[in-house]
Amino acid sequence: MLEIKDLHVKSGDREILKGVNLSVADGQTCILFGPNGSGKSTLLSAIMGYGTTEITQGQILFKGQDITHMTVDERAKLGIGMMMQRPPNITGVKLGDLVRATAKDNCGDDVISEARDFKMESFLDRDINVGFSGGEIKRSELLQLAAQKPDFVLLDEPESGVDLGNIDLIGKKVHDLLYDTKPCGGSKANRSVSSLVITHTGQILNYISADTAYIMKEGRIWCTGRPMDLLKNIREKGYGECIKCRLVKM
Amino acid sequence: MQTGEDVKKALDKKAAYGKDIDIDRFEEGERDVKQIDEIEDSGDLKETMDHVGVTDQEDRLGTIIFIDNGMSHCSNKAQDGVELLSTQEALKKYDWVKDYMWKAIDPSKDKYTAKTYLENSDGYFIHVKEGYKAKYPVQTCMLLNKNKSIQNLHNLIIVDEGASLEIITGCSTTHHSNDALHVGVSEIYIKDNANLQFSMIHSWGKETGVRPRTACMIGKNGSYTNNYILLNPVGSLQSYPVANLNGEGASCAFNTMCLAEKGSNVDTGGMAVLNAPDTNAQIMSRSITKGGSMIARGRLVGNASGAKAHLECRSIVLEDGGTTLAIPELEARVADVEMTHEAAVGKIARDQVEYLMSRGLTEDEAIAMIIRGFLAGSIEGLPPSLKNEIDAAISKANLGN
Repeated sequence: MLEIKDLHVKSGDREILKGVNLSVADGQTCILFGPNGSGKSTLLSAIMGYGTTEITQGQILFKGQDITHMTVDERAKLGIGMMMQRPPNITGVKLGDLVRATAKDNCGDDVISEARDFKMESFLDRDINVGFSGGEIKRSELLQLAAQKPDFVLLDEPESGVDLGNIDLIGKKVHDLLYDTKPCGGSKANRSVSSLVITHTGQILNYISADTAYIMKEGRIWCTGRPMDLLKNIREKGYGECIKCRLVKM
Repeated sequence: MQTGEDVKKALDKKAAYGKDIDIDRFEEGERDVKQIDEIEDSGDLKETMDHVGVTDQEDRLGTIIFIDNGMSHCSNKAQDGVELLSTQEALKKYDWVKDYMWKAIDPSKDKYTAKTYLENSDGYFIHVKEGYKAKYPVQTCMLLNKNKSIQNLHNLIIVDEGASLEIITGCSTTHHSNDALHVGVSEIYIKDNANLQFSMIHSWGKETGVRPRTACMIGKNGSYTNNYILLNPVGSLQSYPVANLNGEGASCAFNTMCLAEKGSNVDTGGMAVLNAPDTNAQIMSRSITKGGSMIARGRLVGNASGAKAHLECRSIVLEDGGTTLAIPELEARVADVEMTHEAAVGKIARDQVEYLMSRGLTEDEAIAMIIRGFLAGSIEGLPPSLKNEIDAAISKANLGN
């Protein structure tokens, strides 16, 4: 699905990513761990193609195509979607209007009607992200992605800033986004959407089963392994120790 | 009292703002014009009217159409509450109408008002009777149809005590009257506890000169909303409508949305004069320059205690080459007033554009959506009946590239 080769990325004058190699196979869920400021969000922004990042070296392949220099919308049309941690406010543009305008396969009305179960009904007529709380931003992002139906999603800390009462709602929605739960009601859910997920607490792992995890620090991937194992090590020993002990040159 | 002689002297008087236009260059507009029975059957004019929100839909109480200087259509479904006539007809029919003529605007204000006065220009007359609350809007349409001519109109709107009305006015040029001049004097009287929502959608030619002169007198607890929308190229437009809040508790709101494309020269805004205690005014302006020249004015004058007013000018500059000038002014003459202003000029934020692109919109679609939100979505209180017209005008303005 996604393959990143020796990616170097600048943001402003600073080199943030210093040669990242990473891949996500079809249908796989990959977790990205790493301390604050290690470059995780920059990597997601570079995959999406945001102008705040400048790729100076390396390559991003998606579904076998080189997307390194594609525009943001071209990437979105190929099937990449992103849940931002701090999306911008857009005054005057209603969330419902954006959902309708971007919905794939005419699913806009379905997504809008599902908004009620997702406690987002009253937000459809509000300006996008303006005055939204942390949890409301997450729900808004997930609602937009539900309409967009990407094949591959970038989730930047889906559980951060969400209160305990709402974490279940968010977790289930993330699950629904990755798993094809609709057809043949009741049959075992198939995972149809791949993802790359940033998490600090690992809470989201209770809702999605992840295949692989990477640890990033100082703009490089240091280590890879099973998500629960890495999380345990990070919890017990911290990132520094974890990297030292499991040093796998990527 | 003005005499004809005083006004004659004003024929050479340049306006306070805007480029000076040589009015002698233009012929008089026709007074004897083609009569339209049904908008539906108005041929190629129908499309022109459509673009400025003038429709044959059921949800209009009445319609007045002027082509050049003559009334072409007048229909009214609410005879019991609203009277629609031409100004000249009204002057003939009622003795009291003359008492409203040139009371809100001084005819020697500038050459355009002087010309209108001296021509005894016709225009539309709308009178809402005491206590009548209109459920649907009245629409008026001013079409400039003759090239190298001047359209001189004098409109009179009177909303009597306790009455309320919405007016939608569409002004446009037909395709063969690009180099022409529109002068529209509008005097508006809103009595105690009355309410008027007045929305103008303009769509002119690339060389058309436009000089509206609008003033409104508002009584006790009366309210006035002035919506002005210009999203098509224009030669030179200068307009500075004034609301005089003369009765205690009166209020007004000006909402302006303008686009200045390359070659367009737009100078517009609103002024509120708060003459009575506890009056309230809000002036909101949203403008976009795409290579043209844009001046967004706003002026609040606080003359009585308890006056509260806010003024906000926001502009987006889409490309280099044009100019944007925001001129917010506050003037207070008594101690107990509260007036504020805010002005901002900037570009479209890149992170907003990319955010929408990441949902699959093209760059052009994303920019158009942001601009639509900036213009229409951020102004509260726009009548729903205008939303579609605004959307259509924005789509047509092709703002994405």
